[in-house]
Amino acid sequence: MNAITTLRAPVENPATREKVAIRDLSFFYGDNKALENIHLTAYERQVTALIGPSGCGKSTLLRILNRIYALYPNQRAEGEVWLDGENILDAGQDPNLLRAKVGMVFQKPTPFPMTIYENIAFGVRLYENLSRSEMDERVERALTRAALWDEVKDRVGTSALGLSGGQQQRLCIARTIAVKPEVILLDEPTSALDPISTAKVEQLIDELKRDFTIIIVTHNMQQAARVADRTAFFYLGKLIEEGQTSQMFSNPKDKRTLDYITGRFG
Amino acid sequence: MMTQHIVASYENELRELGRKIAEMGGQVERLVSDSTTALLRRDVALAERVIIGDRKVNALQHEIENAAVTMLALRQPIADDLREVISSIRVAIDLERIADHAKNTAKRVLAIDGEFMAQKQLRGVEHMSELAIEQLTAVLDAYTSRDDQKALAVWRRDGDIDAIYTSLFRELLTYMMEDPRSITLCTHLLFAAKNLERIGDHAQNIAETVHYLVVGEPVVEESLLPDNLNKKFGLSR
Repeated sequence: MNAITTLRAPVENPATREKVAIRDLSFFYGDNKALENIHLTAYERQVTALIGPSGCGKSTLLRILNRIYALYPNQRAEGEVWLDGENILDAGQDPNLLRAKVGMVFQKPTPFPMTIYENIAFGVRLYENLSRSEMDERVERALTRAALWDEVKDRVGTSALGLSGGQQQRLCIARTIAVKPEVILLDEPTSALDPISTAKVEQLIDELKRDFTIIIVTHNMQQAARVADRTAFFYLGKLIEEGQTSQMFSNPKDKRTLDYITGRFG
Repeated sequence: MMTQHIVASYENELRELGRKIAEMGGQVERLVSDSTTALLRRDVALAERVIIGDRKVNALQHEIENAAVTMLALRQPIADDLREVISSIRVAIDLERIADHAKNTAKRVLAIDGEFMAQKQLRGVEHMSELAIEQLTAVLDAYTSRDDQKALAVWRRDGDIDAIYTSLFRELLTYMMEDPRSITLCTHLLFAAKNLERIGDHAQNIAETVHYLVVGEPVVEESLLPDNLNKKFGLSR
């Protein structure tokens, strides 16, 4: 027998629960197939990163998870996306309830042209009927959790458009968590931010994953390696490889993954 | 064949790093073989060249380290690129230490200049140096060609050098007991042998680095795996 062997990768904690289970999912923009037979699972209270070159289908996948695509004609999804035992693609599913469960933050900060306070209260009012003091508390909590409260507590009545880009993005995250979602989708949340704001958002992601399941699209490989528990690599509408982040970034199995993360893509 | 990086200067930096390691490896190989030749032939001039040559190796090590640190900071390499950079730092450190051992042997050549030496006392050291140089050459080849199997072969063979060192130790001890006038000389020879033994250890370290570089995982001795330890101590799982 060989005197030398190599260490096995640690066995994954089996206690983690499947939160979002994507099964055999395909997506079409008209006749154009943008995603092909995707199988992917996002686990509860973990961060799943989606990486891949532009046009590979990552953002499309996020758009399916809260059914934003349904707002546009000629776009359709085939397959199943299970969220807590329910297929969100079923015709009977209420997209508004789904979007309360699955919040989304976009690449560019998208504050409403309202006060900071109203930016957060607006969404909460759609789903809940809170008293003034309850709403005050909800807004403060959301801003605190988004690490923005200390910076804006003296001016929550002023326009959100007066905030810096990094603050606006954290406001959008606060707005998202205020409606108490279960899953948060982040579509390149720091690509328009300076390094300090980026660090704050990453710190935030670390804290948020204690309560939420997070799926993040990022073009920054180091960021994916830093924040994600699991990483999935997409290329040309296909899921090429998926696994624990540490393994994906140290020893990917597929050569295309290796070429992409190391900056060798031809 | 590996696909090239999109950024050409990154590709060049990686290649340059590999070239510097190869250059350093070549210099260190020569220092080791020169230091033993100097010892066997009592060649003081050659020994002095080894001592000077060590400085060049130190300078190369700093160059490699600086280049690697700069790449870590600027390129933030991942996966096999990261292993490439980390490995270059590790190999450079081992090579620098090997050169130090060669220099130490060279210094002993100067110290024992003029003392009488019987040829039979040298034979063991000569044999050991052959093995050490063989190991060093093989492991540097394995590094250049990214040959994991070759590296593991070096890794396993280190025991041979250790065994020779142990028997040489006894042999030299016997000489010293037989003839106390040989104590000074034999002690120097003992240290020269120790240097070779350490050189073998560093070659083994480099073999581990090559394995890590190619496979991405550390070398683990099978007998140390939990399953085998349990077997050894009669524990069942």
